Amino acid sequence: MNKISGYERNDGRFGIRNHVLVLPTVSCVNGVVNRISREAPESVCITHAHGCGRGGSRDRQILFNILTGMVGHPNVGAVVIIGLGCEVSSIKNLLPLIQNIQKPIVTFNVQDDGGSISTAQKGAAAARRLLSEISNQRRVSLPWDKLLVSMECGGSDALSGVTANVALGAVADWLVEKGATVILSENTEMIGTAHILSRRAKNEQVAGNIEELVERAEKLTHNIMGELAGLVISPGNMDGGMSTIAEKSMGCICKGGTSTINQVIDYGEIPKERGLVLQDGPGYDCDSMAGLAASGSQLMFFSTGRGTPAGFPVLPVIKVASNSRIYQAMQDDMDVNAGSLVEGKPPAELQAEMLELMIRVINGEETKAEANKMDIFTFMTVNPPF
Amino acid sequence: MKDNAIIIHPHDNVAVALWTLAAGELLRVKGVACFPAREAIPASHKIALRDIAEGEEIIKYGETVAVSIKDIREGEWVHTHNLESQRWKK
Repeated sequence: MNKISGYERNDGRFGIRNHVLVLPTVSCVNGVVNRISREAPESVCITHAHGCGRGGSRDRQILFNILTGMVGHPNVGAVVIIGLGCEVSSIKNLLPLIQNIQKPIVTFNVQDDGGSISTAQKGAAAARRLLSEISNQRRVSLPWDKLLVSMECGGSDALSGVTANVALGAVADWLVEKGATVILSENTEMIGTAHILSRRAKNEQVAGNIEELVERAEKLTHNIMGELAGLVISPGNMDGGMSTIAEKSMGCICKGGTSTINQVIDYGEIPKERGLVLQDGPGYDCDSMAGLAASGSQLMFFSTGRGTPAGFPVLPVIKVASNSRIYQAMQDDMDVNAGSLVEGKPPAELQAEMLELMIRVINGEETKAEANKMDIFTFMTVNPPF
Repeated sequence: MKDNAIIIHPHDNVAVALWTLAAGELLRVKGVACFPAREAIPASHKIALRDIAEGEEIIKYGETVAVSIKDIREGEWVHTHNLESQRWKK
């Protein structure tokens, strides 16, 4: 029953979905993409708030990494890129970065293609053509070592670190044992655990990278919050039973499991190592998801206690509730109830249930967030716009 | 009887209460009744699984998450009043 399937890509990666992605280079043309989504509803049309107006080199690096990561994503079979013409991440500037991506890519510029309506018509026609073109691609056997799964948490509660994240950790350990890759991100949630994480590093160099990552997250938190940085562990957290920042952070990072940490990667960077990998990404779930997707993860587990409907375009997101109350209250959105551990379900039984669901999802079954189209695409920036 | 607490990792010296436990209530983990809570334990808070001496590490998730600042007896509530963060002590 452990057989999984996917779409083999020319770069050696495998997709578990075969989407046509319609991507704007810059927020100015979001309206064109929205129009295409009405005319070619089977394509995945995503909008965002970026592409221009931020000058720093780090923002520019993130912008190009995320956009190229989405174009190259293994769950994407073909792409329509809608550009404006005068933006920072223009098609002209993007092309050198995506020229080695071997999949059908069609580009339009609103400034050259007759304005918004005309470009939307051309874009929709291209999307429909690509949908039909890639529809004859067939699933083949997917080796476990080609699978990348990311672990995310958001809207956490006092049980997140007791039920849901522990359950995610058990799945993570199983995947690593199978030869797959697991990506754990959210650097602010690693504060206070540098000594624990670095001890699990593959070698001295990775240990050093982990310490740097956590130190940067601490410094940034202090720079932004000043005296209030101590509130990273809040009175509300303490009321929930968390006594120290290390304990709170352990409740988050336990969702990555307990295996050796083989690499530290930048936000949106594609890992070279397999096994457990740490990503230097932000704690905010919606920004975090884009980095994890651009890194090539084909599937995401997402734990929540307060309840969030957030999903991600092109990537199935499996929602795991930490408590039965929110599982019942948000049945539209939750795929797994880890709150069942409180009612006495043995952890091994929950793990088996989650693995079975995961395999069905890899093989094509839609998650709640996918079926509901709860797609959110936004990503991290460093500087304010000007 | 249902478990009223969970031990996250076998090395842990604390368990997590699954709901608020009354003083004197027997702790039940993995179907086994262990010992009574010596005081009320709020939901999702920690209860000592054995005597923990002052200066000893508090282990949860199999990792050190704090250090005790006074002797803690089996069945006592473990929180900010009897532990401190190890964060600034390497």
